[in-house]
Amino acid sequence: MKSAVITFPGSNREGDVIRALHQASGAEPLKIWHQDHELPQGTDLVVLPGGFSYGDYLRCGAIASRSPVMDAVRSHAAKGGLVLGICNGFQILVESGLLPGVLMRNAGLKFICKMQHLKVCRANTPFTSAYKKNQIIKVAIAHGEGNYIADDETIAMLEDGNRIAFRYCDAEGDTEKGNPNGSINSVAGIYSKKLNVLGMMPHPENLIETLVGGTDGRGLFASITAHKGAA
Amino acid sequence: MQNNIAITPELVAQHGLKPDEYKRILDLIGREPTLTELGIFSAMWNEHCSYKSSRLHLKELPTKAPWVIQGPGENAGVIDIGDGLACVFKMESHNHPSYIEPYQGAATGVGGILRDVFTMGARPIATLNALRFGSPDHPKTRHLVSGVVAGIGGYGNSFGVPTVGGQMGFHTRYDGNILVNAMAVGIAKADEIFYAKATGVGNPIVYLGSKTGRDGIHGATMASAAFDDAAEEKRPTVQVGDPFAEKLLLEACRELMQTGAVIAIQDMGAAGLTSSAVEMGAKGDLGIELDLDKVPCRETGMTAYEMMLSESQERMLMVLQPGKEKEAEAIFIKWGLDFAIIGKTTDTLRFVIKQHGEVMADLPIKELGDQAPLYDRPFVETPKRPAIDPKSVTPLMGNANAIVKLMGSPDFASKRWVWEQYDHLILGNTVQSPGGDAAVVRLGDGPRGLALTSDVTPRYCEADPFEGGKQAVAEAYRNIIAVGGTPRAITDNLNFGNPERPDYMGQLVYCIRGLGDACKALDFPVVSGNVSLYNETNGRGILPTPTVGGVGVVDDVSKTATLAFKAAGEFILLIGETKGWLGSSAWLATIAGREEGAPPPVDLEAEKKHGAFISSLIQDGHATSCHDLSDGGLAIALAEMALAGNMGAKIDKLPEGLPNHAALFGEDQARYLVTVKDQAMAAIILRRASSAGVPALMLGKTGGQELTLPGESPISLERLKKAHEDWLPSYVAGEI
Repeated sequence: MKSAVITFPGSNREGDVIRALHQASGAEPLKIWHQDHELPQGTDLVVLPGGFSYGDYLRCGAIASRSPVMDAVRSHAAKGGLVLGICNGFQILVESGLLPGVLMRNAGLKFICKMQHLKVCRANTPFTSAYKKNQIIKVAIAHGEGNYIADDETIAMLEDGNRIAFRYCDAEGDTEKGNPNGSINSVAGIYSKKLNVLGMMPHPENLIETLVGGTDGRGLFASITAHKGAA
Repeated sequence: MQNNIAITPELVAQHGLKPDEYKRILDLIGREPTLTELGIFSAMWNEHCSYKSSRLHLKELPTKAPWVIQGPGENAGVIDIGDGLACVFKMESHNHPSYIEPYQGAATGVGGILRDVFTMGARPIATLNALRFGSPDHPKTRHLVSGVVAGIGGYGNSFGVPTVGGQMGFHTRYDGNILVNAMAVGIAKADEIFYAKATGVGNPIVYLGSKTGRDGIHGATMASAAFDDAAEEKRPTVQVGDPFAEKLLLEACRELMQTGAVIAIQDMGAAGLTSSAVEMGAKGDLGIELDLDKVPCRETGMTAYEMMLSESQERMLMVLQPGKEKEAEAIFIKWGLDFAIIGKTTDTLRFVIKQHGEVMADLPIKELGDQAPLYDRPFVETPKRPAIDPKSVTPLMGNANAIVKLMGSPDFASKRWVWEQYDHLILGNTVQSPGGDAAVVRLGDGPRGLALTSDVTPRYCEADPFEGGKQAVAEAYRNIIAVGGTPRAITDNLNFGNPERPDYMGQLVYCIRGLGDACKALDFPVVSGNVSLYNETNGRGILPTPTVGGVGVVDDVSKTATLAFKAAGEFILLIGETKGWLGSSAWLATIAGREEGAPPPVDLEAEKKHGAFISSLIQDGHATSCHDLSDGGLAIALAEMALAGNMGAKIDKLPEGLPNHAALFGEDQARYLVTVKDQAMAAIILRRASSAGVPALMLGKTGGQELTLPGESPISLERLKKAHEDWLPSYVAGEI
């Protein structure tokens, strides 16, 4: 599998996701500078990593969404190529129109970093085939603006279209009690219509080793690798 | 203001210089200084930069060991940690700015210490902090707590380094002077460390990073003065942090360092351009000539005086290999940062500043540092307090209730509210998160790692600065041992009151002696540090607070211990001797409202022996959990282990010959709690302890959802947890 991880000025979890992709696929992802205009030939997966692109000084992800490389990412997505945006990457995806909705300030108005349970809403996608439907996994969250909001129509469209990827929940799977940031319907991640673009606030890339919190994040990278074939 | 105005005594005083110090300047340069020169002297000769009150005593600290690559005197200390790697670390205070403007003060404190570490060629892998606030009842405390925590998080989270540990305490003596001590830890190849020493005549001096503005002018001078009620008026001297620029600066510097173009590098921290340029020149026995017209400025019309004293953040100064300028510039343009050649090294040993073609300052460069005033300030030793006989103290409440009360008191209450605002998981190497004895951070893919902690018990230092200094080091040592690390070196951040007062100066002197003795005995040298004096408001100083940042090496991060009880039916062993020392204890202060008595003496030989014993238990895989005993004593340690593991314990036996309150809350040093799997293993460990001459006592077993102590009513974990977790969030929300 050929993956490309975009580095924007202020990205800071690119190394974490590179490590996770390498672990899952055995192949070293390519690092792409945000001012590049093209993706490498044969790119299967584009990752927009976590961080604070441009310091998050305007709206999170707003400036990065105008970076030169984003046109290439848009056309990659339009052709059905896989795109994964994590945390700041999710914010960039909504700012660039690849996914609907917005990510507002957390309901508690504070940055939150902790282990968080998620419910895997569907398992038949390129990103989640290694999980079971409704499986509860534990991953990390680390964000100040992850409160997913959209208008009623958009939410209905996402719900009816089965496009919610993950919901926050507690250890027992209760999505209301486990919502850390106020997101509508406890949405933690959503898909594009064709299921080839996934944006999510939590960090599966930080949960890939027993010694460091657990391995519940591995499934996501294993799923992508299985979908595209190992290196 | 004109550069050549007459220097009046008022002007000298406004620059924080004493009349005799000004006389020293006149003698040194043989004429009246220009205004810019006066500003430069004030920046170089204030307490913060010159260590004029502490230098004499700091010399007593041990700074060497076979694994020390660089001791104090550079941007940060460097130790060899094996596998060709070096650990670069330092702790620094940002106390005064954080009181005036908590968010930016704390944020730029983190930024400054991160720069110190990456200036030396290291990539930061972790930060820690030590925070001290005034009484929770003080009207400003709530605001300061929220602002400081948000500032630390705001900077570190964006920069992209995990904040893995710290401490937070409250005491009325910090009401007008909070402490914000930030520590950064980085990793470099042991043979690729960068230093500040300039070499070669005529080499280009390059300015990198953010533009220079009028922020932070005289920041270091402010940090060298005591506060009064008008402290808020100093807000304009607090710098503004930009973690985004710092992240770019890190990446750009690392890229540039790899090209081999960098001869010397120094970050612009306190006293900005002045101190960085002087340091590079003085260390290399070279002069420095700067043309201020070339300095990238954020504002127009800045005078030489303002530019030399600005403390704008996220700036670096470098001496480059001639001919490499273009290559270097391309890297900085790629990262969107300023790059300007602003001067050159010379063979004149003069520090020459030009602006608009005129010489604004021309000073002897070595003397700016070397000839800074050095004071042997008068000091008196803190009078010794009597030891408190445990039997003479009558408890005011039952011991079970006292445990719950302590666990929910400001100093002991869970700091989850704090560390959940810090990204402690980024980089994917945090093996042990905040909340344990020491944080454990894996290096790369392992198995090696680092154990990191920050410690001090100001109550002890106030009661007996010498023993308190020893204890701060001993506790850092124990915390590293308790997670399975080998203590290697420390950074010290000495926070004290006004050194011109013999009583406060005495606290500084004796704390340093205590630190030194402990560091020597424990082979735990000081490799970097920072001194913050004049932490005083309206004539009252803070508690003496020599914060110790400890670094240990963990050979295999899969062989570490945590404090959480792991399984029911395990056996709990107390290692170390319990005499029921209640003087200056948390119990006496919190439950009895008495801050009295001599603090626990620290037996450094016992620390060493017991530490080695615990290390062997963890290495051999016998300890299923481990926790050091510190303030709050045995009772608090048990409660913390139970809460961390959500597993109760039944204690059948306490140390003999003591009333329960002394056995439970005494703060005798050199003690640990461990659990082992079964009775057979417990017996083996007790035999091993006995032959090693280490006191050990079997206390009881883990299990259930209650903490049961002999002769006391059982405490449900639920009640304990509620008291422990609720206090801080309720407090900051203004509910209590």
